[in-house]
Amino acid sequence: MDYSISKELELLRKTVREFCENEVVPVVEDMDREGKFPEENIKKMAKLGLMGLPISKEYGGAGAGMLGYCIAVEEIGKVCNSHGTILGAHTSLCCMPIEMFGTEEQKQKYLVPLARGEKLGAFALTEPNAGSDAAAIETTAVREGDYYILNGTKIWITNADRADVIIVLTVTDKALGARGGITTLIVEKGTPGLSVGTLEDKMGIRGSSTAELIFENCRVPKENVLGDVGAGFIVFMKGLDCGRLSLAAGCVGGAQACLDASIKFAMNRIQFGKPIWEKQAIQWMIADMATEVYAARNMVYHAIWLKETGKRFTKESAMCKLFASEILCKAIDTALQIHGGMGYMKKFPIERMYRDARITRIYEGTNEIQKLVIANMISREMRRA
Amino acid sequence: MRFIVCIKQVPDTTSVKIDKRTGRLIREGIPTIINPEDKNALEAALSLKEKYEGEIIVISMGPPQADEALREALAMGADRAILLTDRAFAGADTMATAYSLGSAVKKIGEYDLILCGRQAIDGDTAQVGPQLAEFLKVPQITYVSELNIEENKVVAIQELEDKRVRWEASLPALLTITSEANKPRYPSAYGIMDAYREKEVETWEKKHLDIDEERIGLEGSPTSVKRIFSPEPKGKGEIIKEEPKESAEILFNRLRAKNII
Repeated sequence: MDYSISKELELLRKTVREFCENEVVPVVEDMDREGKFPEENIKKMAKLGLMGLPISKEYGGAGAGMLGYCIAVEEIGKVCNSHGTILGAHTSLCCMPIEMFGTEEQKQKYLVPLARGEKLGAFALTEPNAGSDAAAIETTAVREGDYYILNGTKIWITNADRADVIIVLTVTDKALGARGGITTLIVEKGTPGLSVGTLEDKMGIRGSSTAELIFENCRVPKENVLGDVGAGFIVFMKGLDCGRLSLAAGCVGGAQACLDASIKFAMNRIQFGKPIWEKQAIQWMIADMATEVYAARNMVYHAIWLKETGKRFTKESAMCKLFASEILCKAIDTALQIHGGMGYMKKFPIERMYRDARITRIYEGTNEIQKLVIANMISREMRRA
Repeated sequence: MRFIVCIKQVPDTTSVKIDKRTGRLIREGIPTIINPEDKNALEAALSLKEKYEGEIIVISMGPPQADEALREALAMGADRAILLTDRAFAGADTMATAYSLGSAVKKIGEYDLILCGRQAIDGDTAQVGPQLAEFLKVPQITYVSELNIEENKVVAIQELEDKRVRWEASLPALLTITSEANKPRYPSAYGIMDAYREKEVETWEKKHLDIDEERIGLEGSPTSVKRIFSPEPKGKGEIIKEEPKESAEILFNRLRAKNII
């Protein structure tokens, strides 16, 4: 077993870390307070090739693989989950499905500019009556000549108002449902009949934009079907496999940041004449946190290895998302407890990170849904055995 | 145009500790970086290349691990990287280093500009650049914070403690660059992948160079270290917290008592 990380990916990690310290940290407080999309930083990230890390060079990406991508997300997760969320929705849920399922024409037209960061991507699944129950979506796509006519509303879509390219899950045959009735389409910004609705005001990840997308007789060329007609469920499941993995990598970064901040604070905070680090109560908290970060990181890296070596990783990716988001939320709660009153104040990053962390147990499938996925995969394995 | 940039791999001194017994830096487990002002020199070359086109060659003398520093320079956009590495180069002081680098520059052949960082954060001598210029017998401008190329000459602003001086030099020339000159770019992910997967670091040993063996390594180094010690840290400063007017008066009297003003 070789756990070493190549020198190029170590240099990538160092570069992303420096970028985060110098470019992200200075803007996050304002970004969070005003709910401002970090437009300048996303442009800078594009210039650095961070918007297409796992995509092959052939299609405008950096060719850094899933590991390179997740290492970058882990570093970004240490400082800002808004930046991580924008990047994750763009890369895992838009670029990667196009690379996996797109035709050569779709890749040249959409993936190349997306991977270069010239365009921003989004993925639209959730609706007012469908989220966890993805098969219950009601947005329809009806074939009319060379077009599909889309009608319906998507809600809580990350990057929705900023995206140039959106992958949309639609119903093409209600009777068939998840087994052949759902189709994914690539929809371009500016397509007649597509409009952006309410922009949400959120508890956390306030730098990422979350909005409603409304389709009213929106005409999408039939060439924009991603994957096969009726095979939309596979496209989005495969996309989510990747999304959950990168999301988990971001959680590992966030939990590591909680650990680092807690250690530093505990060593410097003097109470009863000594650093609070010397109290066993604090030591136990930190020991638990360190152990959980170690476990989560190893899970994530192992699942990445499964993916990169072409093995199945759906179950493991769901496990990583479940575990890493749970331990992140626990770590930020512990970090807040260790920091005491100081952690509760808005002028320190713990308060923002606490709000930013909470969504990780909800989006890209709630943790309860992850457990269903895991159990489902286990029962399939049992049947196969 | 052809630019040569000299870089040094140094320990990241922000995380360095000193061995109390020997007074030397503890290098084990300390991350290494490209000397910060050498990155400014590379950035200066990259900006000039964007304007005038040409080729950037980075060169470093050091142990085989300095490959990492050169790869990072390639990732930032350098075209070619050369590592001078040989046990015979070890223990070199600034003069032997400059001589060795000079021999490598001669092997490279024609060039227009050599750019070095002002000084390294480990040795802090600021001597290698100037000595290299002397070996090569080319004009030098040190402590450069601004530079440009105009009609086959380099125009640079030298940043001195009390003044800024504008100098012009014919090409080829050597400049040492300060941290004020620019903000070095980040290597891009594309650059990083190419640096390791597509590009090469050429390794030059003693035998590849036309070199006088008595002038390299420890033997070729006239500098001898008499003693290494860590200076006692300065005591805490005193803060005078009176009203501004009173504070100023107290400060004035203290400074006068010490004959400072």
